[in-house]
Amino acid sequence: MSELINRSAVELRDLLDNGEISAVDVLDAHLARVEAVEASVNAFITITDDVARAQAQAADQRIKNGTAGPMTGIPVGLKDILCTTDAPTTAGSKLLEGYRSPYDATVVKMLREQDALFIGKANTDEFAMGSSTEHSAYQFTSNPWKLDHVPGGSSGGSAAAVSAQEVSVSLGSDTGGSIRQPAGFCGVVGLKPTYGRVSRFGLIAFASSLDQIGPFARSVEDAALLLGAISGKDPNDATSVDTAIPDYRATLGGDLTGVRVGVAEEYQIDGMDSRVEESVKQAIGELEKLGAEIVPISLPHTEHALATYYIIAPAEASANLARFDGVKYGMSLAQDNLLDTYLQTRGKGFGPEVKRRIMLGTYALSSGYYDAYYVQAQKVRTLIKRDFDEAFQNVDVIAAPTSPTVSFQRGARSADPMQMYLSDVFTIPANMAGIPGIAVPCGFADGLPVSLQFMGRAFDEATVLRVAHAYEQNTEWHTSNPPLDAQISTAS
Amino acid sequence: MQFETIIGLEVHAQLLTESKMFCRCSAGYASADPNTHVCPVCLGLPGALPVINHGAVQATIMTGLALTCSIPEYSKFDRKNYIYPDLMKGYQISQYDLPLCGGGVLPLVIDGKRKDIGITRVHLEEDTARLVHRTANGETYSLVDVNRSGVPLMEIVSEPDMRSPEEARAYLMALRQILRYIGVSTANMEEGAFRCDANVSQRTLDGSVIGPKVEIKNMNSFRSVERALAFEVERQRKALRDGEALVQETRGWVEDQGITVSQRTKEFAHDYRYFPEPDLPPLVLDRAEVDGIQSRMAELPTARRDRFIEQYGLNEREAELLTVEREVADFFEVTVDGDSDRAREASNWITGEIFALMRDSGLELEDVKISPEQIRELIELVGEDTINNRTAKEVLVAVHETGKSPREIVEERGLAQVSDEAQLLAVVRSVVDEHPDAVTDYQNGKKAAIGFLIGQVMRQMRGTANPGVARSLLEQTLAERVTS
Ligand SMILES: [Zn+2]
Repeated sequence: MSELINRSAVELRDLLDNGEISAVDVLDAHLARVEAVEASVNAFITITDDVARAQAQAADQRIKNGTAGPMTGIPVGLKDILCTTDAPTTAGSKLLEGYRSPYDATVVKMLREQDALFIGKANTDEFAMGSSTEHSAYQFTSNPWKLDHVPGGSSGGSAAAVSAQEVSVSLGSDTGGSIRQPAGFCGVVGLKPTYGRVSRFGLIAFASSLDQIGPFARSVEDAALLLGAISGKDPNDATSVDTAIPDYRATLGGDLTGVRVGVAEEYQIDGMDSRVEESVKQAIGELEKLGAEIVPISLPHTEHALATYYIIAPAEASANLARFDGVKYGMSLAQDNLLDTYLQTRGKGFGPEVKRRIMLGTYALSSGYYDAYYVQAQKVRTLIKRDFDEAFQNVDVIAAPTSPTVSFQRGARSADPMQMYLSDVFTIPANMAGIPGIAVPCGFADGLPVSLQFMGRAFDEATVLRVAHAYEQNTEWHTSNPPLDAQISTAS
Repeated sequence: MQFETIIGLEVHAQLLTESKMFCRCSAGYASADPNTHVCPVCLGLPGALPVINHGAVQATIMTGLALTCSIPEYSKFDRKNYIYPDLMKGYQISQYDLPLCGGGVLPLVIDGKRKDIGITRVHLEEDTARLVHRTANGETYSLVDVNRSGVPLMEIVSEPDMRSPEEARAYLMALRQILRYIGVSTANMEEGAFRCDANVSQRTLDGSVIGPKVEIKNMNSFRSVERALAFEVERQRKALRDGEALVQETRGWVEDQGITVSQRTKEFAHDYRYFPEPDLPPLVLDRAEVDGIQSRMAELPTARRDRFIEQYGLNEREAELLTVEREVADFFEVTVDGDSDRAREASNWITGEIFALMRDSGLELEDVKISPEQIRELIELVGEDTINNRTAKEVLVAVHETGKSPREIVEERGLAQVSDEAQLLAVVRSVVDEHPDAVTDYQNGKKAAIGFLIGQVMRQMRGTANPGVARSLLEQTLAERVTS
């Protein structure tokens, strides 16, 4: 049964529905894989095999009864920033060590109702703040392609778990690239949906106007499958949007004849890895061969996106993280008086990156600075959005690198936050504009994956998925798995 | 130095919605055990998100319309950041620069003269949790009751248009009356559903001295608002006269000592770091919706008072009394039931007997077990001479006590008025026989003695004698006694 880990989610779906395998078989295969590689990858903060076992049995019953959903019996990883009732939710922070949510995030509830198999809670940078998952308070997650390299972040655990075949698919959250960048680093598919497509209820907030939950998968079709299962208006999230949800899997297929692919000059920057540049150039050539029309476009405000992001995201975060005060839940370093309790708990509970961003955000919102920073950033954000609106008058998708570099060695950028922030320079604009973006493998550089990004119109994930799928199906990049077994045997 | 007092008021009123501002918890927590009306949203748990209670938005707009405020087409919520144990998220969802309602006016009548108090704005926010401070074994500690967290709270800010503590009180009473009239709040100050902060300062009439603005908090009744302001006016005037330094600050009213004490000076003022609430889409207020709210709004007290005078021929005093509370005005109009001829009697009954009953029993109108229909029946019983006014009052009390209808009580207790001359004449004759002194008085010109004799007839008839018939029979009988 070990070959089941090599199956895609849609293949497992067929095998399960045809009765050729059981959900318990699927679970056993994946738990065996977790057993074999997790000590090296460290993708999960918590393994929830008991939960998954019960779900597998319920899934088999459901399949027998003919009430299976698309995700029934499919092994899933959940970023540990999604609230779950039956496992701790830490957000990668000491401050929430052992915290048990009394409710499920809406996306968790949707998957639970189908009896998807919850394998574990995946590692994340603390409160999703980071681009390497090194800011987790719990553990380092390794990049399955090179174990001493980072998986990207902040959803590094979710990306690594899919790449290492510990799960078929997983959920992450993307505020400035936290799905697409780690998907790129780990050589898997990662999709950030349109802001409002997927409910954020139960996602521990980093930056509320930018956060969006989305899927990781080893194929575009699997990502489409999972996106379909979590999309939709949620009465508990006022920013979720009530709009038609296409059958994403059904829209896949065909070539790219008539599809206009925009390529923006602003997505070539100084300091970019030339191998990434080359891979992306080749990928665009491939798209042309598939019938796409390549259209040069301009997104003139792109260069300001990073700076704007580092005003807006920390500003929102500074308020979102105010509730962690050591009084109500989570870690509490109780002192003789309330102020000291606050100071001790927050001082010791938050890691340095979180504190840095709280300070940045608090400063940007302060009286006398608000207009110069926050208000100005919102204006620029509008301009960035307008750039995209104009571009999408003439193109159907925009192709760009996912990240300017491939994965780097653990610790290589820890000393320089600015270097770390630059990892997200190509992913942040989509968050600022609220549009969907997908990362798909497009090459290798020294054995590390290179990733191509497609961005699309708001709520047009279908086109983004279709173009990504056409590219994927006509290239081989997605078919190779990381040399994990070899690395583990060398190490031991 | 001749001083003038400048007062502006900020009122927080809890809205009477079924559920809280941003979650589905019941907002009616008054008699609930602590922390029973709570959920992830109002507890501020990680990952929880607010969803706007549209009923609260409508109630706020209705309030704005009642105060003739402008209603903008576009409004939004903002986060007000500060950390305190009663604030579950570490920020309060409030409104900063684009409130639901803009400038308006609340007209007052002070010493018979109309005075308009400007309304700066009305905005919507969420209430905080409630802290309960305890002491046990010499140690003090605080408990948090989250039931109140997230209850819709409306802030109504006035212009600094009031010139005395009395005017401030009149403003609060008028505002409270309007909120109760349109049904958006109980506006009960003792229960905390209506809270007031005041900004008060002094300036000389010639403008040569302008004192700093002082904010007063912790006033829990209309009386304490008036007392606190009066104290503060004197404190500020004395300081200015004596050349002492006055500072812009926040002061708290200490009820049992009757003084205000400094809480926070301007240097330590909060920077609330307001910014737009990203979890909530902006509010676009459709003109048709605002018009709909306007059309659903109850008639306001002043308009109703004027109409009562016009339509029912009541005098100002009566109309005022009947329109203080909407429930009373409604009760009156149901009693009248479109027949203006009944208005005078209805007004007399309500402002007389019903009010007396409420006063004596300490009950609210809704707790008095008498319906407008029953008052109408009572008026009919008197009008058709079935009972007299005196009996009617007795019947009213019996209605309240038994819940039975006036006709039932009249029948059961045999209270119907006796107008039968033969029956009454026998009683009249026996009364005349039994009271020769009174008869002599009457015949000697003390005509008032007939009142005593009528009273005796009533006594014998247990009040059911038709007083008119009794009088004429007595006059007849006395006249016969003289001639015989
Ligand atoms: Zn609640």
